[in-house]
Amino acid sequence: MTHNQTSAIVESPARWIRSRNRWTIFEILFWIATLAPLYFFPAYLNLASQVAITALFALSVDLVLGYAGIITLGHAMFFGLGAFTAGILSSRYGWGEPISGLLLGGMVAALAGYVTSFLIVRVQHLALIMVTLGLGLLTFELANSLRWLTGGTDGLTGISTWKIFGYFRFDLWGYTSYAYSLAVLFLGFLICRLVVSSSFGLALRGIRENVQRMPAIGSDYKWHLRKVYTISAAIAGIAGALLTQTTNTVTLEVLSFQRSADVVVMLILGGTGRLYGAIIGAVIFLVAKDQLAGINPQYWFLWIGILLMAVVLFMPKGILGGLSRLIRRED
Amino acid sequence: MVLSTQSLCKKFGSLEVARDISINLPAGARYALIGPNGAGKTTFINLVTGQLKPDSGRILLDGQDITRTGTADRVRKGLTRTFQINRLFPELTPLESVTLAVCEREGVSANFWRGLSAHRDAIEEGFAILSRLGLADVATRPTRQLAYGQQRLVEIALALATKPKVLLLDEPAAGVPKDESAMLFKVVANLPEDIAVLFIEHDMEIVFSFATQVIVLVGGAVLLQAGPDEVKEDPRVREVYLGSAHV
Repeated sequence: MTHNQTSAIVESPARWIRSRNRWTIFEILFWIATLAPLYFFPAYLNLASQVAITALFALSVDLVLGYAGIITLGHAMFFGLGAFTAGILSSRYGWGEPISGLLLGGMVAALAGYVTSFLIVRVQHLALIMVTLGLGLLTFELANSLRWLTGGTDGLTGISTWKIFGYFRFDLWGYTSYAYSLAVLFLGFLICRLVVSSSFGLALRGIRENVQRMPAIGSDYKWHLRKVYTISAAIAGIAGALLTQTTNTVTLEVLSFQRSADVVVMLILGGTGRLYGAIIGAVIFLVAKDQLAGINPQYWFLWIGILLMAVVLFMPKGILGGLSRLIRRED
Repeated sequence: MVLSTQSLCKKFGSLEVARDISINLPAGARYALIGPNGAGKTTFINLVTGQLKPDSGRILLDGQDITRTGTADRVRKGLTRTFQINRLFPELTPLESVTLAVCEREGVSANFWRGLSAHRDAIEEGFAILSRLGLADVATRPTRQLAYGQQRLVEIALALATKPKVLLLDEPAAGVPKDESAMLFKVVANLPEDIAVLFIEHDMEIVFSFATQVIVLVGGAVLLQAGPDEVKEDPRVREVYLGSAHV
């Protein structure tokens, strides 16, 4: 470190902290680029919506997995709860207003997150993975058995989503769907960014870095964990509700183990604990799935497997981690 | 007395690791806890800070019974320790680590809707602690990149950020070369006077130059508590601890 840098920190360490959290040009360009499907790839708008929704789900998992170090294989339960809440609201009660549907989906998932968080903070490592897995499977089977409410294996039909703000109608081509999904993703991202750059976010990173040290600095870290788990569940629930509203269907797939596992794969691909890794991971995973399934629908997971192994072996911090290392080396 | 233990006992199976330990630490104390390997020094610290639960006995902080209080609560009441083996936050910078400890103390670490930089006082206090320990230059580098001796100082900085009344230092200079360990103990000696310090150390030279009182622990029990000169001359201490090679 040069002398100048040191004296700048001495002058205002708070400013140094703030400078680490400033919006970069890459970020601004990235969000501008997310508008591209609307203008240049209208044929892919449905895929783009899927990506945006999945990215929001991946962000929610990054909060707990990447920042707080809670390894979960059952987060689809919150996604699914949000999805079914929005679906039931419209299909059973005829309420299709999208914004309130999103919020209610988020609230139901948050409630489930808060309740289960008491169990989550009691266990660690393998037991933690098993508990999240178990809760996920439990929720799936519960939804499966409550046919009268969820439609069971048939899922819910007859969902219709009203105009957004009573003005933007969901069109056949998916313009509204994508713009809506993107807007919610962006808002969700802003919330996540605020959370991770707050003093609470610092405490989460402390937990991830050395949970045993936390009590020794006077931290009730389990309360932090419960809180982030609840926030994450809420965001996952909103993502699920978003899927229901943009596709007008809900099936049990939203609660499946596959969905929980896929999102972890996306995070590992993109890079954990950096928010953008979640988004990039979702983009790569779903675009690869779309393209590869076009070539050979049966075996596309083979390529994801190869990609996953390559990333884990050569870029242990994910594609984004590998990229940022490259860029820094060039500096 | 700011910290007292009354007849602390702890058994691991049939092994008595703490036998009837009663000590008193007055405000501003600079006490050393010595004893041969396996004497139960770290166990004693674990009991006092709540990592272990005593089988019997009481622990009082400022006259208040904290025997059943959790570790984090004890820290917030002013009873803090450091670790013999670094327990730091490798990817966080020292500035972030110490700021985190200050935020936890101030109860603002639950706040997730304001940016960290809004907690200016906490950040500046964290930086001041690091500066006092000579860590200003490395405050913004990931902790894992710091030299080992600097990491030992971060251990102490983290503890100081909790504003302790009682500071228990478990071999603060463990693994540090001899010339650097003297420097580390200068830091310990210069800690604010109102903090009561109890430190574990193996180097007798350091013990005798920094401690005003020495507590000798053998086989989980207090053998002797006395001033350094008296401890030096005590035949039992020579026999069980110092050995002939040391004197």
